[in-house]
Amino acid sequence: MSEIVLETENLGISFGGLKAAQHVNIQIKKNQLYGLIGPNGAGKTTIFNLLTGVYQPTEGTFRLCGEELTGLSQAQINKKGIARTFQNIRLFNNMSVMKNVMVGLANRPEFKCNFLQSIFRTKRFYDVEAAMRKKAIELLEVFGLAEERAQLASNLPYGKQRKLEIARALATDPKLLLLDEPAAGMNPQETEELMNTIRFVRDNFDMTILLIEHDMKLVAGICEEITVLNFGQQLAHGNVKEVLNDPEVIKAYLGDEEADS
Amino acid sequence: MAYLKDYFKSVKNGYKVKNHIVYYVLGSVFAILLVLVMTDSLDRITSSLLGRIGYTMIAAISLSLVVGFLGELSLGHAAFMALGAFIGGYMQQYTFASLTSASPLLSIIIAMLIGGTVAAIFGFIVGLPALRLKGDYLAIVTLAFCEIVKVIFQNSKKFGNGNVLETYKYDRGHLLLICLIVLFIALAVIMNLIKSKHGRAIMAIRDNEIAARAMGVNVTYYKLMVFVLSSFFAGIAGVLFANASGGVKCDNFSYDYSIDILVMVVLGGMGSIKGSMIAAALITYLDTKLPIWLNLEGNWVALPQMLYALILILIVIYTNAPKLKGIREKYNIHNGMVKVKGWIFRLFARGKYQHKPDAEHDYRADWSKVPTKIEMDAILSTDFTPDNTYVPDKPDKPKGGKN
Repeated sequence: MSEIVLETENLGISFGGLKAAQHVNIQIKKNQLYGLIGPNGAGKTTIFNLLTGVYQPTEGTFRLCGEELTGLSQAQINKKGIARTFQNIRLFNNMSVMKNVMVGLANRPEFKCNFLQSIFRTKRFYDVEAAMRKKAIELLEVFGLAEERAQLASNLPYGKQRKLEIARALATDPKLLLLDEPAAGMNPQETEELMNTIRFVRDNFDMTILLIEHDMKLVAGICEEITVLNFGQQLAHGNVKEVLNDPEVIKAYLGDEEADS
Repeated sequence: MAYLKDYFKSVKNGYKVKNHIVYYVLGSVFAILLVLVMTDSLDRITSSLLGRIGYTMIAAISLSLVVGFLGELSLGHAAFMALGAFIGGYMQQYTFASLTSASPLLSIIIAMLIGGTVAAIFGFIVGLPALRLKGDYLAIVTLAFCEIVKVIFQNSKKFGNGNVLETYKYDRGHLLLICLIVLFIALAVIMNLIKSKHGRAIMAIRDNEIAARAMGVNVTYYKLMVFVLSSFFAGIAGVLFANASGGVKCDNFSYDYSIDILVMVVLGGMGSIKGSMIAAALITYLDTKLPIWLNLEGNWVALPQMLYALILILIVIYTNAPKLKGIREKYNIHNGMVKVKGWIFRLFARGKYQHKPDAEHDYRADWSKVPTKIEMDAILSTDFTPDNTYVPDKPDKPKGGKN
């Protein structure tokens, strides 16, 4: 019934002898909230980097809505429809909140305006610029950031910076949104708010979301399906409850009882 | 007609006088100088000084585009000026000499186009490999390129063979006006570029290259575009240089000159076109006047240079030292300027006008982005390497409660 948005096939990368990720098979359906968890160094962020083109996979392929994306550059993959946020916030700190979002908006086909049109200030330029502003404000309003749009991004409080990062990623009009530890450094209250935001994004933007998270409360609270990685290998995947109670998974997180004793 | 009407309608929406003050200032300066030149009331020294300020400003704003907005350090800006000066000047004097004597204005325009294009082509050749690399490779490559260009011109018989290459000497007053017009065009092109989505992409690269890539910004394309544009204007500045001095020598375009321009950009403030213009004018002015005022002789002539170096070092320490953070925040120059602006506006508007700091139209970069340190962020990032060697400045601590 629901189409598959992201499909990876034996995706893997090795740095010399180090196999950072191996045989990763993920299938994400449309409108799904998919979690990617695992202990530190399991290769979760590596998978994100593979999916966004930071690294080129040494083995396997991945497809977005049936379209082969392996081997494309970061900018090309972003244009095809994968947007991401970062584990440690990477905003454009010296630019205003509004401009952060407008950088994301720039690649949309409806805001096409080439170099010469910008320099000679044609009518197209002014129209596109006005439309972009309008769209950016709309997007910021959704995240409750419209009031702060003239502030520098670095002056926002932490929670809002996270939100701005999500808003910026959404501005690129993605089909799949990758969130890299969105709750890192947040208190329980902020995490709660973030969960609502993520659900809201999924419902209102008709978005498919893949997220990495260490906060099990958040994972159990919003994810519909998860994959557990350990040492670059897929340990388990499926329904959240089942997976989190899987003895293998518990062993990976907490260690082997027998080996320790 | 309907198109024009629509056009002006859409222009009106985005137009604020406040954002275009620099054009008005330049326009009025041009008008004043036009009158002065026409009535022949400028003396020789002043008009040549003003001409020099004009082309230095063009060089400074073109470098400002690379250093302040793209965040790449170029140490060979003089090389692009040299290309413009030698090739443009040579063509004017020898290739189409008859045209030059018949119509100097046409010849200088052609020379500027040729000089600019040659510099732009070399900018492309130099930038293509260097800008694809991460880190400070552009600085190294341009530094070497500067020396190569200098040595080549030094040893080619056609270009003076190490001595002065005679070029056409343009009428001082008229050249001054031409400099201003070119400055106006360069400023308009650069400002229009920056205040567009392309400019935002360029500043995104400066602020965080990794995030910019992830947002679909074609980093290599933009870096090259900016570098080529900057070289183009540097080449034009070079042609004006040749026309102003009536002879060019490769020693004019040594490494020192590149650094001089860089100092102007850094003193003017990274990511501030107006600042670089003011600094360029001020430094060029002081360069000529200071030795006269202080009666410097012999080796003491180098004193102003040393002063600039000292000022630059102090500024870099002041803006980068972690221990001075408190002082920096207390005596923030930018906030001070905003305050002064507020006073001035209030003086005229008497309460009708409230000056708001306007980050939406603020293009300045953080001083931490001064290329005094290699941008480690781009090379070793916590996202992509297992060991956290570099942790970017953490934002304010998470505040309790709702935001």
